[in-house]
Amino acid sequence: MPEHKVETKNLNLFYSDFHALKEINFKADKNTVTAFIGPSGCGKSTLLRVFNRMNDLIVGVKMEGKVYVDDKNIYKKNVVVDELRKKIGMVFQKPNPFPKSIFENVAYGLRVNGENNKEFIADKVETSLKKAALWDEVKDKLKKSAFELSGGQQQRLCIARTLAIEPSIVLMDEPASALDPMSTAKIEELIYELKENYTIIIVTHNMQQAARVSDFTAFFYLGELVEWDTTKTIFTNPKESKTQNYITGRFG
Amino acid sequence: MKKFRKQIEKFVEGILFTSSTVTSLTVIFIIIFLFKEGVGLFNSKPVEKSYTIAINPNNPINTISSEHLKEIFNQQITNWKDLGGNNDSIMLFTLEDAASLFTEEELGPDFEYLPQKINEYILSTPGVIAYFSDSYIPVDFGGKKIPVSKISVGEFLSGKEWYPTSSPVAEFGVLPLILGTLWVSIGAILLALPIGLITAIYLSEVSGQRFRNILKPVIELLAGIPSVVYGFFGLVVLVPFIQKTFNLAVGETALAGSIILGIMALPTIITISEDALRTTPQSLKEASLALGATRLQTLVRVIVPYSRSGIIAACILGIGRAVGETMAVLMVTGNASVIPHSFLQPVRTIPATIAAELGEAPFGGVHFKALFALGIILFIMTMGFNFMVELTKAKKYK
Repeated sequence: MPEHKVETKNLNLFYSDFHALKEINFKADKNTVTAFIGPSGCGKSTLLRVFNRMNDLIVGVKMEGKVYVDDKNIYKKNVVVDELRKKIGMVFQKPNPFPKSIFENVAYGLRVNGENNKEFIADKVETSLKKAALWDEVKDKLKKSAFELSGGQQQRLCIARTLAIEPSIVLMDEPASALDPMSTAKIEELIYELKENYTIIIVTHNMQQAARVSDFTAFFYLGELVEWDTTKTIFTNPKESKTQNYITGRFG
Repeated sequence: MKKFRKQIEKFVEGILFTSSTVTSLTVIFIIIFLFKEGVGLFNSKPVEKSYTIAINPNNPINTISSEHLKEIFNQQITNWKDLGGNNDSIMLFTLEDAASLFTEEELGPDFEYLPQKINEYILSTPGVIAYFSDSYIPVDFGGKKIPVSKISVGEFLSGKEWYPTSSPVAEFGVLPLILGTLWVSIGAILLALPIGLITAIYLSEVSGQRFRNILKPVIELLAGIPSVVYGFFGLVVLVPFIQKTFNLAVGETALAGSIILGIMALPTIITISEDALRTTPQSLKEASLALGATRLQTLVRVIVPYSRSGIIAACILGIGRAVGETMAVLMVTGNASVIPHSFLQPVRTIPATIAAELGEAPFGGVHFKALFALGIILFIMTMGFNFMVELTKAKKYK
């Protein structure tokens, strides 16, 4: 029986009056990649942001139901959100490096978590950049501004930044949507490698990408989790006609 | 029809061109006027026109600087040897002394013998220094006229005394005024910047939308209160308070000016730095929070550094406002033109000086020109501040 890293039970979420997520029951196992697919506005990014409580920042969000990470309810009163977010990294749709040097971008998460040891930080920055397959490209210009990197490099920098704080879960919100095909390929390759150590949930609009990188795929439509199964099943033999229609490009 | 439209377009274009030209020309005209009057100061002498300063012809001294002249007539220098001359005590002579030195008969009914008497007095008194109108110079004048040098830029800028109406030699040293202005402005910024910044941070990052919608208009309302009202408030409430709290002889101090100016600069600082803080992209804040940073860490490490140039601009514009402010400062700072040594002393600022003295200065006179020269200094200071704002802006987009 695989261990459930992330789980939701009867999750409902409202933006003021808008019912954005309806009765979501979802599980993601350890060291797997799950892809969230579905048309725009179907709630997949919202669900992703439920797992690291990013929706807390949005005024007027109401939630019902339970969300477990490592079998602990993360919406209990006594949960320290900052601590939770250290365990759950997030990579955003657009590369959003800080206006700091490449080195400082990766070191940021360590520094805000109270790490002062210079050698440790330098070491961690290097291993994180290596994991994100960026080290060879930036090792000679760590002091340079992160904005000097290309979009694809910036996104890998953001991944390195996330990996530096050693999360066990990595959430990716359309991480390759703003990138060119070459950079996208690199990111996908990276996701495949990261699977060994991390539980990954990725939101994507790109069907091929979902098929290429994920073990499981969940299809969302108008706030409902329509179907959720292994990627192979979803793409070859979906049970629901809506899933079938979406995957074959009849709407969305 | 088409031709008609073209003419209307030409007409509108003409109006636009004219109004912008008129505006620019007005500004240029004002600046030229300011500089013409102000620079004229350095072409004039610090004594009243058509007056003469003369000494005994046997006195070895040939020139006396304006500063020494003033000290002589203030009786701070009482012996010629202090200026490198003979060991003779200095005898001052002005027209007021004529009445006590000579009898009415000696002077004649219409003072027709006065020039002759002055001449005699100067020739017979070795230590004399006389100051009198040119109209009393006799034909056969035997005294030695002392030329008074023109006011120099260096003297003007580094002079420590501002006595524009003192007789016979006026002192135009703007250093105390410049320092007074800076002192009050810097004090204002030291008070207003932390408060303003904290308020801006609170408004942009902490407070709810509803509270912000109430507080922001209230703060902007502060900018609309006439400065004389601030001055009145300062005079009635703040000045007595400072006097009591610090147990001073007078409450009109640099501190009072700084507090009033600080309050006046707050809307500028809050509005501009709040706008700057709010331009921090949501994505950067989220990136920081997603890495486990607290809201405070995000604020200090991401939001404030990101909006740094806007905050600097707010600070400089706040100073700019403080430097040029006249009325409120005039009312609460005490207007003593001395170089300030503490915030609890009265100071005098450049704008307050111009406002207070322009009404008394004879049109076109030395004092009048000196006030315009002060205007130039103020103009250069505020222009410098605006230039610094442009620099910080330019830096951001580099």
